[in-house]
Amino acid sequence: MAKKVLQVIETAYRGTLEEQDDTVVWLTHAMRGAGLHTDVLLRGNAANYPVTAQDASGLEFGGRKQTQPPRIADDLARLIEKGVSVYVVTDDLDRRGIQTSDLIRGLKSVGSAELPKLFGGYDQIWHW
Amino acid sequence: MAPTPTLTFVLMDPPYENARTTTALRLLDIAARRGYNLNVFAYEGAVYVPFSKQAPHPNAVHGRDLAQEDHPNPKDWVEAIIAEAKRQGGTVDWVQCGLCVDERGAAESIPGLRRGSPADLVKFAEVSDNTLVIPTK
Amino acid sequence: MPKYLLVESRDPSETNDIGYFYDLAAALAGEGHAVTLFLVQNGVFPARRSAMSEPIGRAAKTGVEVLADEFSLRERGITSDRLVSGVKPAPLDVVIDQLAEGRKALWH
Repeated sequence: MAKKVLQVIETAYRGTLEEQDDTVVWLTHAMRGAGLHTDVLLRGNAANYPVTAQDASGLEFGGRKQTQPPRIADDLARLIEKGVSVYVVTDDLDRRGIQTSDLIRGLKSVGSAELPKLFGGYDQIWHW
Repeated sequence: MAPTPTLTFVLMDPPYENARTTTALRLLDIAARRGYNLNVFAYEGAVYVPFSKQAPHPNAVHGRDLAQEDHPNPKDWVEAIIAEAKRQGGTVDWVQCGLCVDERGAAESIPGLRRGSPADLVKFAEVSDNTLVIPTK
Repeated sequence: MPKYLLVESRDPSETNDIGYFYDLAAALAGEGHAVTLFLVQNGVFPARRSAMSEPIGRAAKTGVEVLADEFSLRERGITSDRLVSGVKPAPLDVVIDQLAEGRKALWH
């Protein structure tokens, strides 16, 4: 039977401007496309990734403009559209002053105390 | 007799930056000595771990010439791990993330590795007894 | 019931996010899972009795097996007589043993 893997993403904004995405969100898209049964849990600073007001546009280096800045909230929304469950840890939202109205739709909330139960539903936990 | 375990490791750090690289290679070494079958998916900066242009250097601060310094290059450790796995009857299937290689200009790696994609990681995960992601921070 | 291997490579002076991982280990043990918290690299610093040690001792009391990589301890000059109660030195081989055993493995 196919393995079910939970991707726990906590490291945020690392190389996102050079890559024009978050590389683990990107990898999750690619692995989902390759048939992996997988979901995502956002924790730590990555709890900020579903905030719709993110705007990384406008960078320019010596006149060379970045035309395709990262749109991480949109990338997460596309994962949800593909049927991937995207969880976010509510404690991490609260700690950062993030309100539910700040976020994309379709997320699933989970408290940190509920993580053992959530992990129980997966064969493997890949902690990025 | 129990079947030989197959383990997958995902590496992300470039060499000479973080203790995670040496810990990852220590883990691979232990498993190789046991004759396990090993899969490695080198993602992002980790594609430089087996970069063939790494070169040892003398170290004037240490007061040692090139031979005395015997400076380790991770590519040599990877090569030795692959050889050890073979000696013990195991395998190492090391996949370099192709796009990560391209954006970093890291195409020149030691022999015995192959270029691949996230689909290879999915296949690795499906056939392995376990997968350990060693993330960068 | 699934067993867990949690590998902690960082220490509380690098990031205050360490508490999350210790708490996760304790919570999993509280649910009845066998849990090993394996300290490696700078993750072994709190294993030496100090102001940083208290959360590790607390995790051990909840039933988490807390192991510290022998090489990382030796590399930092941390001798076994200085370890906080509940932490045992162990070779890195334990990580391979538990991966091969099929434990759910998380690196932090």
